Amino acid sequence: MPKLSYLKALNRALGDELEADERVFVLGEDVRVAASNLTAGLFGRFGPERVLDTPLSEQAFTNFATGAALAGMRPVIEFQIPSLLFLVFEQIANQAHKLSLMSGGQCKVPVTYVVPGSGSRTGWAGQHSDHPYSLFAHVGVKTVVPATPADAYGLLLSAIRDDDPVVVFAPSGALGFRDDVDFSTLAPVPLGVGRVARAGSDVTVVALGHLVQDAIAVADELAGEASIEVFDPRTVYPLDVEGLAASVARTRRLVVIDDSNRTSGFGAEVLAVAAERFELDAPPRRVTRPDGAVLPFALALDRAVQPGRDDLVAAIRGVLGRNAK
Amino acid sequence: MTSIDLYRTVRLIRRFEERAIEFVRSGEIVGGIHPYVGQEAIAAGVCAALRADDLITSTHRGHGHVLAKGVNPARMFAELMGRESGLNKGRGGSMHAADFSLGILGANAIVGAAGSIATGAAWAQRRLGKSTVAATFFGDGAVNEGMLLEAFNLAALWNVPVLFVCENNGYATTMPVDSAVAGSITGRAKAFGMPAFTIDGQDPEKVLAATTAAVERARAGKGPTFLECTTYRFDAHHTFEHRARLNYRSNEELAAGWSRDPVEIQGARLSLDDRAAVDTEIEALLDAAAGIALGSAHPDPDAALQYLYASPEVFS
Repeated sequence: MPKLSYLKALNRALGDELEADERVFVLGEDVRVAASNLTAGLFGRFGPERVLDTPLSEQAFTNFATGAALAGMRPVIEFQIPSLLFLVFEQIANQAHKLSLMSGGQCKVPVTYVVPGSGSRTGWAGQHSDHPYSLFAHVGVKTVVPATPADAYGLLLSAIRDDDPVVVFAPSGALGFRDDVDFSTLAPVPLGVGRVARAGSDVTVVALGHLVQDAIAVADELAGEASIEVFDPRTVYPLDVEGLAASVARTRRLVVIDDSNRTSGFGAEVLAVAAERFELDAPPRRVTRPDGAVLPFALALDRAVQPGRDDLVAAIRGVLGRNAK
Repeated sequence: MTSIDLYRTVRLIRRFEERAIEFVRSGEIVGGIHPYVGQEAIAAGVCAALRADDLITSTHRGHGHVLAKGVNPARMFAELMGRESGLNKGRGGSMHAADFSLGILGANAIVGAAGSIATGAAWAQRRLGKSTVAATFFGDGAVNEGMLLEAFNLAALWNVPVLFVCENNGYATTMPVDSAVAGSITGRAKAFGMPAFTIDGQDPEKVLAATTAAVERARAGKGPTFLECTTYRFDAHHTFEHRARLNYRSNEELAAGWSRDPVEIQGARLSLDDRAAVDTEIEALLDAAAGIALGSAHPDPDAALQYLYASPEVFS
């Protein structure tokens, strides 16, 4: 079977939707030359009115997309740096997200915000390395973090077709991930439906994006010691609580690995759901960035702040009642 | 658009606002409003130059724009009172009043935010093959918001059929415009290569004439125009001022403002009989509208988060 990379899958999804629906258009900085490769080839195929290269005006072009959506279009914005989402949080959380309710259901705001390269990109330091998906989940914006090429394709397709604003975080650590994919099976993946990425019976590890691969690797590494299930929610919000419940019902133990800050983060949310809903044989654990973390520049410091495989192994052993070796 | 039509609109807005202020005092409107009293000529003149299918975006001080674009006053009162029959089914209130069927994309409570929304909407309409334009209203305070200046750039760069209508009423809440704006307001627009004019915002016919020219320019594909309409807010920034008694304007200044009342300026162009007939018509219209709004149902608390998502199925 042919190999498909995660980044190419996103590119393919964009191209397919531009082809399928005249209302779809892409806008963002450097999309014409496809500086991030997300929009590679699209300018040549679809032209400047559908692949709209914008000046550096993030706040205006984010609201511009909202206005275009109100007028009947389906814009897809590319943000090449995750921290730009802090700059446009008002435009997404306070404008696009709120217009449906505030108008009493008169309008739809089908804007997709794609961030190809969220999280640490190694060497990009404090202002280019955040992974702010928890913020959007907190305010109720649909938030997606795909883990595989097929999911990257299918979730981006669903995001573009959704009638609400959706943020799609493509972690830097996942962009180069390649998979054997039968292209004929590529299809939309519904928002809010998780998947079991690896079956197991002793402990459920919840992981998102690039961390799914880390969790699978750890599960393989510990295979002689414990049977580990990896659950990939795919969407942070809405969270597939039922899917997670089904997994935890089998394992009765829970660890979450989350590449965002600890307090009020996605990991905290999963543990809160567990406390409310699940019967566990051991207190659950979370592996996260530290509270309030800012990614330092030096490689060893950058790595020290991110949740890593060793931390995950320790947490898994912790919930299994075994000490870390 | 005749003189009498323009008078009808300014009179409608004035009396609507005066009644709304009374409803704030009586508690029927909770949370207060930002009265448009004194600025009516701008909404009336601009909207008179627009077609029914043209778009507008509005501000936190938006009642006048919405009324001038043609909403049903009963549904507007009902919205301010948080009733189910309101424009937004009671989910938006004064600062978010919208009627998409009339091209009203909504009042917006964040200063300067709507300019870029209108620019995107106008661009999209053109892309979709329509000949419509969008007018976006904002105050003098908004010209210091970077997001709005970014929108000027996009609109001028891409020849977007949008009209930037600045209502310079002299104050951003309590901050006098001279203490807030370096350079000039029209200079902001001219810097982006956009034609910009300062016009008398107390005279509906002058606003209509200037807007008509700007609309023709936009429809001809020549891009945006900026209109600075000089005006004066006769009442408070927000009705909370009626209690807070903020002291930032002298009685002399207020009297000078009232001496150029748009209702009188336009009213003087009518015969006394015509004017009296319109006044009577407006009172009857608003009596009926207020009665309908007051008799409307309150929303069901169980439906507090209805409409949160346009595609809610994944949350069921």
